[in-house]
Amino acid sequence: MKPEITATPRLAPGVRLNEKTQQPRMLLMPERALRLNGPSLEIVQLCDGKHTVQQIAQKLHALYAKAEPERITGDLLGYLELLHKERAVDF
Amino acid sequence: MTTIPTPLALVAELTHRCPLHCVYCSNPLEMVKRESELPTGEWARLFHEAVEAGILQVDFTGGEPLARPDIVELVHAARQAGLYASLITSGLPLDEAKLAALVDAGLDHFQLSFQGATEETARKISNTTSHPHKLRVLGWLKKHRIGVTLNFVIHRQNIHELEEMILLVEDHRPGCVEFASVQYYGWGLANREALMPTRRQLEYCVETLKQLEERLKGKTRVVFVVPDYYAKYPKPCVGGWGRKLMLVSPNGDVLPCHAANVIPGMQFDNVKEKSLREIWENAAAFRKFRGEEWMQEPCKTCDRRHLDFGGCRCQAFLLAGDAASTDPVCSLAPTRGKVDAVLAQVNEAKPAILEEKPEYLYRPNPA
Repeated sequence: MKPEITATPRLAPGVRLNEKTQQPRMLLMPERALRLNGPSLEIVQLCDGKHTVQQIAQKLHALYAKAEPERITGDLLGYLELLHKERAVDF
Repeated sequence: MTTIPTPLALVAELTHRCPLHCVYCSNPLEMVKRESELPTGEWARLFHEAVEAGILQVDFTGGEPLARPDIVELVHAARQAGLYASLITSGLPLDEAKLAALVDAGLDHFQLSFQGATEETARKISNTTSHPHKLRVLGWLKKHRIGVTLNFVIHRQNIHELEEMILLVEDHRPGCVEFASVQYYGWGLANREALMPTRRQLEYCVETLKQLEERLKGKTRVVFVVPDYYAKYPKPCVGGWGRKLMLVSPNGDVLPCHAANVIPGMQFDNVKEKSLREIWENAAAFRKFRGEEWMQEPCKTCDRRHLDFGGCRCQAFLLAGDAASTDPVCSLAPTRGKVDAVLAQVNEAKPAILEEKPEYLYRPNPA
Protein backbone atom coordinates (compact mmCIF):
# COMPACT_ATOMS: atom_id res chain seq x y z
CA MET A 1 0.00 0.00 0.00
CA LYS A 2 1.34 3.42 -1.00
CA PRO A 3 0.76 6.34 1.41
CA GLU A 4 -1.43 9.35 0.63
CA ILE A 5 0.55 12.51 -0.08
CA THR A 6 -0.99 14.05 3.08
CA ALA A 7 -0.07 11.10 5.32
CA THR A 8 2.49 11.55 8.10
CA PRO A 9 4.61 8.40 8.17
CA ARG A 10 6.11 7.39 11.48
CA LEU A 11 8.52 4.61 12.44
CA ALA A 12 6.53 1.67 13.84
CA PRO A 13 6.92 0.64 17.51
CA GLY A 14 10.19 -1.22 18.01
CA VAL A 15 11.81 0.39 14.97
CA ARG A 16 14.63 2.91 15.27
CA LEU A 17 17.91 4.07 13.82
CA ASN A 18 21.17 2.94 15.33
CA GLU A 19 23.24 5.58 17.10
CA LYS A 20 24.71 8.52 15.16
CA THR A 21 28.21 7.34 16.01
CA GLN A 22 27.63 3.88 14.51
CA GLN A 23 28.51 3.19 10.88
CA PRO A 24 26.94 2.17 8.62
CA ARG A 25 23.63 3.72 9.63
CA MET A 26 20.98 1.00 9.98
CA LEU A 27 17.27 0.82 10.61
CA LEU A 28 16.85 -1.66 13.46
CA MET A 29 13.68 -3.66 13.99
CA PRO A 30 12.65 -6.90 15.64
CA GLU A 31 15.02 -9.61 14.41
CA ARG A 32 15.97 -7.60 11.32
CA ALA A 33 17.99 -4.62 10.20
CA LEU A 34 18.01 -2.55 7.01
CA ARG A 35 21.09 -0.75 5.77
CA LEU A 36 20.39 2.91 4.98
CA ASN A 37 22.24 4.59 2.14
CA GLY A 38 21.93 8.19 0.92
CA PRO A 39 18.28 9.21 0.51
CA SER A 40 16.92 6.21 2.45
CA LEU A 41 18.59 7.60 5.59
CA GLU A 42 17.14 11.06 4.95
CA ILE A 43 13.67 9.61 4.40
CA VAL A 44 13.74 7.50 7.55
CA GLN A 45 14.91 10.47 9.61
CA LEU A 46 11.83 12.39 8.44
CA CYS A 47 9.41 9.57 9.32
CA ASP A 48 8.62 11.24 12.63
CA GLY A 49 4.83 11.44 12.45
CA LYS A 50 5.06 15.21 11.85
CA HIS A 51 6.26 15.59 8.26
CA THR A 52 3.75 14.80 5.51
CA VAL A 53 4.81 12.74 2.52
CA GLN A 54 4.61 15.95 0.50
CA GLN A 55 6.96 17.75 2.90
CA ILE A 56 9.41 14.86 2.81
CA ALA A 57 9.32 14.98 -1.01
CA GLN A 58 10.02 18.74 -0.94
CA LYS A 59 13.03 18.24 1.33
CA LEU A 60 14.37 15.57 -1.00
CA HIS A 61 13.84 17.83 -4.01
CA ALA A 62 15.97 20.47 -2.31
CA LEU A 63 18.69 17.95 -1.43
CA TYR A 64 18.75 16.34 -4.87
CA ALA A 65 18.11 19.38 -7.08
CA LYS A 66 19.53 17.68 -10.15
CA ALA A 67 17.07 14.77 -10.11
CA GLU A 68 13.62 15.00 -11.67
CA PRO A 69 11.01 15.86 -9.01
CA GLU A 70 8.47 13.27 -10.29
CA ARG A 71 11.12 10.60 -10.13
CA ILE A 72 12.03 11.53 -6.55
CA THR A 73 8.39 11.46 -5.45
CA GLY A 74 7.85 8.13 -7.19
CA ASP A 75 10.91 6.61 -5.49
CA LEU A 76 9.81 8.03 -2.13
CA LEU A 77 6.34 6.49 -2.40
CA GLY A 78 7.86 3.16 -3.45
CA TYR A 79 10.29 3.17 -0.52
CA LEU A 80 7.56 4.05 1.99
CA GLU A 81 5.44 1.24 0.57
CA LEU A 82 8.32 -1.19 1.14
CA LEU A 83 8.88 0.05 4.72
CA HIS A 84 5.16 -0.29 5.40
CA LYS A 85 5.11 -3.84 4.08
CA GLU A 86 8.07 -4.66 6.36
CA ARG A 87 6.14 -3.16 9.28
CA ALA A 88 8.88 -0.56 9.73
CA VAL A 89 6.64 2.46 9.11
CA ASP A 90 3.03 3.31 9.96
CA PHE A 91 0.94 5.82 8.00
CA MET B 1 39.85 -19.92 2.30
CA THR B 2 36.60 -18.73 3.84
CA THR B 3 35.99 -15.02 4.33
CA ILE B 4 34.59 -14.27 7.76
CA PRO B 5 31.22 -12.51 7.75
CA THR B 6 30.16 -9.95 10.37
CA PRO B 7 27.96 -11.29 13.16
CA LEU B 8 24.58 -9.56 13.47
CA ALA B 9 23.02 -10.88 16.65
CA LEU B 10 24.12 -11.91 20.10
CA VAL B 11 21.86 -14.42 21.80
CA ALA B 12 22.36 -13.78 25.50
CA GLU B 13 21.21 -16.89 27.34
CA LEU B 14 21.22 -15.24 30.76
CA THR B 15 20.12 -18.21 32.83
CA HIS B 16 18.71 -21.70 32.49
CA ARG B 17 16.32 -21.08 35.37
CA CYS B 18 12.66 -20.79 34.36
CA PRO B 19 9.27 -20.86 36.08
CA LEU B 20 7.91 -22.90 33.14
CA HIS B 21 8.79 -26.51 32.32
CA CYS B 22 7.88 -26.65 28.65
CA VAL B 23 8.10 -30.05 27.04
CA TYR B 24 9.81 -28.62 23.93
CA CYS B 25 12.36 -26.34 25.62
CA SER B 26 15.44 -25.80 23.45
CA ASN B 27 17.76 -25.65 26.45
CA PRO B 28 20.30 -28.45 26.71
CA LEU B 29 19.43 -31.49 28.79
CA GLU B 30 22.35 -30.62 31.02
CA MET B 31 21.74 -27.12 32.32
CA VAL B 32 24.01 -24.48 33.83
CA LYS B 33 23.54 -23.97 37.58
CA ARG B 34 22.76 -20.60 39.12
CA GLU B 35 26.14 -20.22 40.80
CA SER B 36 27.92 -20.57 37.45
CA GLU B 37 25.97 -17.74 35.79
CA LEU B 38 27.92 -14.72 34.52
CA PRO B 39 27.58 -11.66 36.78
CA THR B 40 26.10 -8.31 35.64
CA GLY B 41 29.46 -6.62 35.04
CA GLU B 42 30.71 -9.43 32.84
CA TRP B 43 27.63 -9.15 30.60
CA ALA B 44 27.98 -5.34 30.41
CA ARG B 45 31.57 -5.75 29.21
CA LEU B 46 30.39 -8.30 26.66
CA PHE B 47 27.87 -5.88 25.15
CA HIS B 48 30.70 -3.46 24.34
CA GLU B 49 32.72 -6.29 22.83
CA ALA B 50 29.69 -7.27 20.76
CA VAL B 51 29.31 -3.77 19.29
CA GLU B 52 33.02 -3.70 18.62
CA ALA B 53 32.66 -6.98 16.68
CA GLY B 54 29.89 -5.42 14.53
CA ILE B 55 26.88 -6.95 16.30
CA LEU B 56 23.66 -4.89 16.06
CA GLN B 57 21.17 -6.71 18.25
CA VAL B 58 21.02 -8.62 21.49
CA ASP B 59 18.28 -11.14 22.28
CA PHE B 60 17.88 -11.65 26.00
CA THR B 61 16.72 -15.17 26.52
CA GLY B 62 17.19 -18.15 28.82
CA GLY B 63 15.64 -20.07 30.52
CA GLU B 64 13.60 -17.11 31.54
CA PRO B 65 15.61 -13.85 31.33
CA LEU B 66 13.25 -12.20 33.84
CA ALA B 67 14.52 -14.71 36.42
CA ARG B 68 17.67 -12.56 36.57
CA PRO B 69 17.14 -9.89 39.24
CA ASP B 70 19.48 -7.58 37.27
CA ILE B 71 17.51 -7.73 34.00
CA VAL B 72 16.69 -3.98 33.96
CA GLU B 73 20.35 -3.16 34.51
CA LEU B 74 21.36 -5.54 31.71
CA VAL B 75 18.92 -3.98 29.23
CA HIS B 76 20.24 -0.55 30.16
CA ALA B 77 23.84 -1.70 29.69
CA ALA B 78 23.05 -3.18 26.26
CA ARG B 79 21.41 0.05 25.10
CA GLN B 80 24.31 2.13 26.44
CA ALA B 81 26.71 -0.02 24.46
CA GLY B 82 24.66 0.65 21.29
CA LEU B 83 22.69 -2.58 20.84
CA TYR B 84 19.05 -3.07 19.87
CA ALA B 85 17.56 -4.99 22.80
CA SER B 86 14.93 -7.73 22.57
CA LEU B 87 13.48 -9.68 25.47
CA ILE B 88 12.38 -13.22 24.64
CA THR B 89 10.17 -14.13 27.55
CA SER B 90 7.31 -16.12 29.00
CA GLY B 91 6.17 -12.97 30.81
CA LEU B 92 6.87 -14.46 34.25
CA PRO B 93 7.85 -13.10 36.72
CA LEU B 94 6.73 -9.61 35.68
CA ASP B 95 4.57 -6.84 37.07
CA GLU B 96 3.53 -3.49 35.63
CA ALA B 97 6.29 -1.54 37.38
CA LYS B 98 9.00 -3.91 36.16
CA LEU B 99 7.72 -3.65 32.60
CA ALA B 100 7.80 0.15 32.83
CA ALA B 101 11.35 -0.03 34.20
CA LEU B 102 12.43 -2.24 31.29
CA VAL B 103 10.94 0.19 28.78
CA ASP B 104 12.62 3.12 30.56
CA ALA B 105 15.92 1.25 30.41
CA GLY B 106 15.54 1.21 26.62
CA LEU B 107 14.02 -2.15 25.80
CA ASP B 108 13.19 -2.09 22.07
CA HIS B 109 11.24 -5.27 21.57
CA PHE B 110 9.23 -7.63 23.75
CA GLN B 111 8.57 -11.15 22.50
CA LEU B 112 5.96 -12.96 24.56
CA SER B 113 5.61 -16.71 24.21
CA PHE B 114 2.33 -18.61 24.42
CA GLN B 115 1.94 -22.34 25.02
CA GLY B 116 -1.66 -22.40 23.85
CA ALA B 117 -4.81 -20.26 23.70
CA THR B 118 -6.31 -21.64 26.91
CA GLU B 119 -5.04 -22.20 30.43
CA GLU B 120 -5.82 -25.89 30.25
CA THR B 121 -3.57 -26.55 27.25
CA ALA B 122 -0.85 -24.13 28.38
CA ARG B 123 -0.66 -25.90 31.74
CA LYS B 124 -0.29 -29.31 30.15
CA ILE B 125 2.62 -28.06 28.06
CA SER B 126 4.43 -25.93 30.64
CA ASN B 127 3.38 -27.71 33.85
CA THR B 128 2.82 -24.23 35.32
CA THR B 129 -0.08 -21.82 35.61
CA SER B 130 0.97 -18.94 33.39
CA HIS B 131 -1.69 -18.22 30.78
CA PRO B 132 -3.86 -15.75 32.78
CA HIS B 133 -0.72 -13.82 33.66
CA LYS B 134 0.34 -13.63 30.01
CA LEU B 135 -3.02 -12.08 29.18
CA ARG B 136 -2.39 -9.44 31.86
CA VAL B 137 1.05 -8.75 30.38
CA LEU B 138 -0.59 -8.24 26.97
CA GLY B 139 -2.81 -5.57 28.49
CA TRP B 140 0.16 -3.76 30.12
CA LEU B 141 2.10 -3.81 26.86
CA LYS B 142 -0.59 -1.65 25.23
CA LYS B 143 0.51 1.25 27.44
CA HIS B 144 4.01 1.33 25.95
CA ARG B 145 5.34 2.14 22.51
CA ILE B 146 7.74 -0.77 21.96
CA GLY B 147 7.91 -3.57 19.43
CA VAL B 148 5.74 -6.54 20.37
CA THR B 149 5.88 -10.05 18.95
CA LEU B 150 3.55 -12.81 20.08
CA ASN B 151 5.11 -16.21 19.72
CA PHE B 152 2.85 -19.24 19.67
CA VAL B 153 4.78 -22.48 19.82
CA ILE B 154 2.64 -24.98 17.93
CA HIS B 155 2.58 -28.78 17.73
CA ARG B 156 0.15 -31.68 17.60
CA GLN B 157 -1.25 -31.02 21.08
CA ASN B 158 -2.34 -27.39 20.53
CA ILE B 159 -2.98 -26.85 16.81
CA HIS B 160 -6.70 -27.36 17.51
CA GLU B 161 -6.55 -23.96 19.26
CA LEU B 162 -5.18 -22.10 16.25
CA GLU B 163 -8.41 -20.13 15.69
CA GLU B 164 -8.40 -18.98 19.32
CA MET B 165 -4.73 -18.00 19.04
CA ILE B 166 -5.65 -15.92 15.99
CA LEU B 167 -8.43 -14.19 17.97
CA LEU B 168 -5.82 -13.15 20.54
CA VAL B 169 -3.66 -11.74 17.75
CA GLU B 170 -6.53 -9.81 16.15
CA ASP B 171 -7.51 -8.47 19.52
CA HIS B 172 -4.04 -7.23 20.36
CA ARG B 173 -2.58 -6.36 16.92
CA PRO B 174 1.12 -6.84 17.69
CA GLY B 175 3.73 -5.76 15.12
CA CYS B 176 4.52 -9.41 14.53
CA VAL B 177 3.14 -12.82 15.31
CA GLU B 178 5.09 -16.02 15.00
CA PHE B 179 3.54 -19.45 14.79
CA ALA B 180 6.64 -21.45 15.48
CA SER B 181 6.45 -25.19 15.04
CA VAL B 182 8.40 -27.07 17.68
CA GLN B 183 11.94 -27.88 16.60
CA TYR B 184 13.25 -31.23 17.71
CA TYR B 185 16.27 -30.54 19.88
CA GLY B 186 16.79 -30.80 23.62
CA TRP B 187 13.51 -31.47 25.42
CA GLY B 188 11.58 -31.19 22.13
CA LEU B 189 13.41 -34.21 20.77
CA ALA B 190 12.80 -36.12 23.99
CA ASN B 191 9.05 -35.51 23.53
CA ARG B 192 8.97 -35.71 19.73
CA GLU B 193 6.48 -38.56 19.40
CA ALA B 194 3.87 -36.62 21.38
CA LEU B 195 4.49 -33.28 19.64
CA MET B 196 4.93 -34.07 15.95
CA PRO B 197 1.91 -32.71 14.04
CA THR B 198 0.07 -34.80 11.48
CA ARG B 199 0.21 -33.89 7.81
CA ARG B 200 -3.44 -32.88 7.97
CA GLN B 201 -2.73 -30.49 10.82
CA LEU B 202 0.17 -29.00 8.89
CA GLU B 203 -1.96 -28.44 5.80
CA TYR B 204 -4.62 -26.80 7.95
CA CYS B 205 -1.99 -24.44 9.46
CA VAL B 206 -0.57 -23.49 6.07
CA GLU B 207 -4.00 -22.63 4.69
CA THR B 208 -5.27 -20.80 7.79
CA LEU B 209 -2.10 -18.77 8.26
CA LYS B 210 -1.95 -17.79 4.60
CA GLN B 211 -5.42 -16.27 4.99
CA LEU B 212 -4.35 -14.55 8.21
CA GLU B 213 -1.31 -13.05 6.51
CA GLU B 214 -3.52 -11.63 3.77
CA ARG B 215 -5.98 -10.22 6.32
CA LEU B 216 -3.32 -8.55 8.49
CA LYS B 217 -1.12 -7.20 5.69
CA GLY B 218 0.40 -3.87 6.71
CA LYS B 219 -0.80 -4.34 10.31
CA THR B 220 0.82 -7.44 11.75
CA ARG B 221 3.60 -9.42 10.15
CA VAL B 222 2.72 -13.13 10.21
CA VAL B 223 5.60 -15.58 10.40
CA PHE B 224 5.05 -19.33 10.17
CA VAL B 225 7.96 -21.56 11.09
CA VAL B 226 7.20 -24.93 9.50
CA PRO B 227 8.05 -28.24 11.11
CA ASP B 228 11.13 -29.01 9.05
CA TYR B 229 10.57 -32.79 9.08
CA TYR B 230 7.81 -32.09 6.53
CA ALA B 231 9.93 -29.81 4.36
CA LYS B 232 11.49 -30.70 1.03
CA TYR B 233 14.68 -28.80 1.79
CA PRO B 234 16.26 -28.00 5.15
CA LYS B 235 16.15 -24.66 6.92
CA PRO B 236 19.23 -22.42 6.69
CA CYS B 237 19.86 -23.11 10.37
CA VAL B 238 20.90 -19.95 12.31
CA GLY B 239 21.45 -18.31 8.90
CA GLY B 240 24.46 -20.57 8.39
CA TRP B 241 27.01 -21.75 10.95
CA GLY B 242 29.21 -18.88 12.15
CA ARG B 243 27.65 -16.45 9.68
CA LYS B 244 25.12 -14.41 11.64
CA LEU B 245 24.88 -15.14 15.30
CA MET B 246 26.71 -16.13 18.40
CA LEU B 247 25.13 -17.50 21.54
CA VAL B 248 26.57 -16.92 24.97
CA SER B 249 25.37 -19.52 27.46
CA PRO B 250 24.73 -18.63 31.13
CA ASN B 251 28.29 -19.57 32.15
CA GLY B 252 29.96 -17.63 29.32
CA ASP B 253 30.61 -20.44 26.84
CA VAL B 254 30.16 -19.15 23.29
CA LEU B 255 28.25 -21.40 20.88
CA PRO B 256 27.38 -21.08 17.18
CA CYS B 257 23.78 -22.17 17.96
CA HIS B 258 21.50 -23.35 20.79
CA ALA B 259 22.18 -27.02 20.32
CA ALA B 260 25.86 -27.11 19.29
CA ASN B 261 26.88 -28.88 22.49
CA VAL B 262 25.13 -32.08 21.35
CA ILE B 263 27.86 -32.57 18.74
CA PRO B 264 30.56 -34.79 20.24
CA GLY B 265 34.05 -33.37 20.48
CA MET B 266 32.98 -29.73 20.26
CA GLN B 267 34.89 -27.42 22.57
CA PHE B 268 33.68 -23.93 23.33
CA ASP B 269 35.70 -20.88 24.23
CA ASN B 270 34.57 -18.82 27.19
CA VAL B 271 34.12 -15.03 27.34
CA LYS B 272 36.20 -14.92 30.53
CA GLU B 273 39.26 -15.92 28.53
CA LYS B 274 38.84 -14.40 25.06
CA SER B 275 37.09 -11.49 23.39
CA LEU B 276 33.94 -12.08 21.37
CA ARG B 277 35.67 -10.96 18.18
CA GLU B 278 38.55 -13.36 18.76
CA ILE B 279 36.08 -16.18 19.37
CA TRP B 280 34.00 -15.27 16.32
CA GLU B 281 37.00 -15.24 14.04
CA ASN B 282 39.20 -17.99 15.40
CA ALA B 283 37.39 -20.36 17.75
CA ALA B 284 37.49 -23.95 16.53
CA ALA B 285 33.75 -24.32 17.20
CA PHE B 286 32.91 -21.45 14.83
CA ARG B 287 35.36 -22.52 12.14
CA LYS B 288 34.23 -26.12 12.18
CA PHE B 289 31.24 -25.73 9.81
CA ARG B 290 31.79 -22.22 8.46
CA GLY B 291 31.97 -22.00 4.68
CA GLU B 292 31.76 -25.13 2.53
CA GLU B 293 34.95 -27.09 2.99
CA TRP B 294 33.39 -29.48 5.52
CA MET B 295 30.54 -30.43 3.19
CA GLN B 296 29.94 -33.93 1.86
CA GLU B 297 27.86 -35.07 -1.10
CA PRO B 298 25.13 -34.27 -1.97
CA CYS B 299 25.63 -30.80 -0.37
CA LYS B 300 29.11 -30.28 -1.75
CA THR B 301 27.94 -29.91 -5.37
CA CYS B 302 24.34 -28.88 -4.71
CA ASP B 303 23.03 -25.59 -6.13
CA ARG B 304 21.15 -24.96 -2.90
CA ARG B 305 24.23 -24.99 -0.66
CA HIS B 306 24.35 -21.16 -0.65
CA LEU B 307 20.68 -21.02 0.37
CA ASP B 308 20.51 -23.52 3.20
CA PHE B 309 24.18 -24.25 4.00
CA GLY B 310 23.38 -27.95 4.23
CA GLY B 311 20.72 -27.39 6.89
CA CYS B 312 21.29 -28.00 10.57
CA ARG B 313 24.52 -29.60 11.81
CA CYS B 314 23.00 -30.59 15.13
CA GLN B 315 20.04 -32.28 13.45
CA ALA B 316 22.46 -34.09 11.11
CA PHE B 317 24.21 -35.48 14.16
CA LEU B 318 21.07 -36.22 16.17
CA LEU B 319 19.31 -38.09 13.35
CA ALA B 320 22.11 -39.39 11.14
CA GLY B 321 24.97 -39.65 13.61
CA ASP B 322 27.30 -37.46 11.53
CA ALA B 323 27.33 -33.69 12.05
CA ALA B 324 28.99 -33.09 8.66
CA SER B 325 26.36 -34.99 6.70
CA THR B 326 23.38 -33.47 4.88
CA ASP B 327 20.55 -32.57 7.22
CA PRO B 328 18.31 -35.68 7.06
CA VAL B 329 15.18 -33.57 6.51
CA CYS B 330 16.50 -32.75 3.02
CA SER B 331 14.77 -34.77 0.31
CA LEU B 332 18.19 -35.25 -1.29
CA ALA B 333 19.80 -36.65 1.87
CA PRO B 334 20.69 -40.35 1.81
CA THR B 335 19.33 -40.53 5.38
CA ARG B 336 15.91 -38.99 4.62
CA GLY B 337 14.38 -42.39 5.40
CA LYS B 338 14.91 -41.78 9.12
CA VAL B 339 12.72 -38.68 8.96
CA ASP B 340 10.09 -40.39 6.82
CA ALA B 341 9.90 -43.19 9.38
CA VAL B 342 9.08 -40.66 12.13
CA LEU B 343 6.41 -39.07 9.95
CA ALA B 344 4.92 -42.44 9.03
CA GLN B 345 4.57 -43.31 12.68
CA VAL B 346 2.45 -40.19 13.26
CA ASN B 347 0.45 -40.22 10.03
CA GLU B 348 -0.32 -43.91 9.97
CA ALA B 349 -1.20 -44.18 13.63
CA LYS B 350 -4.78 -44.95 14.58
CA PRO B 351 -6.63 -41.81 15.81
CA ALA B 352 -7.11 -43.40 19.22
CA ILE B 353 -3.34 -43.58 19.69
CA LEU B 354 -2.89 -39.93 18.74
CA GLU B 355 -5.56 -38.95 21.25
CA GLU B 356 -3.94 -40.77 24.15
CA LYS B 357 -2.76 -38.54 26.95
CA PRO B 358 0.97 -38.11 26.31
CA GLU B 359 3.46 -38.98 28.99
CA TYR B 360 5.68 -35.95 28.76
CA LEU B 361 9.18 -35.53 29.98
CA TYR B 362 9.00 -32.07 31.56
CA ARG B 363 12.03 -29.83 31.57
CA PRO B 364 13.19 -29.43 35.18
CA ASN B 365 15.01 -26.46 36.68
CA PRO B 366 18.79 -26.51 37.10
CA ALA B 367 19.85 -27.33 40.63
